[in-house]
Amino acid sequence: MSDTALAGVADLTDLGARFADSVREDAADWDARGELPADVRLAAARAGLLGADLPVRHGGLGATPAQLGEACARIGGVCSALRGLVTVQSMVAAALLRWGTAEQRERWLPALARGELLAAFAATETEAGSDLAAVTTTVEEQGDTYTVTGEKRWITFGEVADVFLVLGSAGGRPAAVLVEADRPGVLREPVRGQLGMRAAQLAHVRFDGVRVPRENAVAPPGFGLSHVVATALDHGRFTVAWGCVGMAEACLDAAAEHAARRAQGGVVLAEHQLVRSLLGRAAVDSRAARELCLRAARLREAGDPDAIAETVAAKYAAARAATAVAGSAVQILGAAGCAPDSPVGRCYRDAKVMEIIEGSAQVSELHIADHLLRAHGHRPGGRRPEREEGRR
Amino acid sequence: METPNQTDAAAVADVTQELSAYLTRNLGQELGPDEDYFALGLVNSLFAMELVNFVEQRYGIEVGVDDLDLDHFRTLGRLRDFVLAKTANRGAAA
Repeated sequence: MSDTALAGVADLTDLGARFADSVREDAADWDARGELPADVRLAAARAGLLGADLPVRHGGLGATPAQLGEACARIGGVCSALRGLVTVQSMVAAALLRWGTAEQRERWLPALARGELLAAFAATETEAGSDLAAVTTTVEEQGDTYTVTGEKRWITFGEVADVFLVLGSAGGRPAAVLVEADRPGVLREPVRGQLGMRAAQLAHVRFDGVRVPRENAVAPPGFGLSHVVATALDHGRFTVAWGCVGMAEACLDAAAEHAARRAQGGVVLAEHQLVRSLLGRAAVDSRAARELCLRAARLREAGDPDAIAETVAAKYAAARAATAVAGSAVQILGAAGCAPDSPVGRCYRDAKVMEIIEGSAQVSELHIADHLLRAHGHRPGGRRPEREEGRR
Repeated sequence: METPNQTDAAAVADVTQELSAYLTRNLGQELGPDEDYFALGLVNSLFAMELVNFVEQRYGIEVGVDDLDLDHFRTLGRLRDFVLAKTANRGAAA
């Protein structure tokens, strides 16, 4: 990876592709070692990837949703952990950009965009995913400070993050505070050997009575806070979805190339109809995922309220596509796909994680169905629409 | 020729009608101006965000962190008042 290859990337459509190409040969090693080297994280920041869609005035590149998505696709096709770095950094940045105070934006966003600070989104607990009501971490107001107490699990890049956006409960109302990792009482336990995204330096993080100043609170507790979380998760779903597109496309290319070249018993794999069937399905899955992600990107750029629901659908479809296509690629590559350093094998493990993070496939199905049913007059709670009741 | 008051009344009616149509379409029922759709359990976190995005896009206003008070969003009437106040402020600032 050379500095000249990364410096001054001006063409945003090429941003992710150039960086991904520069690290393609390293990803398997990072996966095996379970870490993304610090110089790579810094190089990603210098290339503009960590603040790609932040406005220029906040130190970002001002990328459109489609440009950010394409960058995530290209990176995701090479290394999901690296795409995960872009995701967590941009989730926290998006929440601060949308709902932070002017002072918070000025203090945090340029440092996040330049990679001087790495951010992590600390939501998950032993008995709580992104459901704010189930969170047990407490955020107690004491004069001009908040005291944060609780334990967060499976935090992406929690091992190396400089600051955590921590979700907690302030007197029964949801709250979010920024907690710097070097404050007394922040304790990290690195996680190693998980199914996928092994280089994403996951950690369980304990906040043992950590005191932070009042200005570290993001949005007022309660209704406001739910928007902070929703904004972060919505942004996370969008970048994960595009990462999945890249994974599916990379696996499809690898599978097609292998099928076209590899001969067994004197017959090229591509001559087998069942192999073609796998490739055909994978091609359609991959393209469908891309189209849904492009649709979500267009709606996001237009500020359309439906962008949120369409992003849920895009992430759901793209994660399923990545899982299916990676599975087919492993099947077609056979033993080569199962090798320790196989890119498609790594994608296969990583893709399964994509069906779980930022809202599981099942939770996504509920949201998608809910959106559909509301448009058809369904009332939450199961009561009949009035026009139906009137006919009885 | 319309008087300023007539224009204001027309704007209020237009905003009320549009917001009512949007809520009806998305919540599956017509709601009165004072019915609290949050308290009725009709709103999830995704729709809460869609609602904010809708008023921003439709009325060209910016909902900031200081505006994130449930009281601005919980009923049709309150939402209408919030939108009208924001659009009036925007006009005054222009």
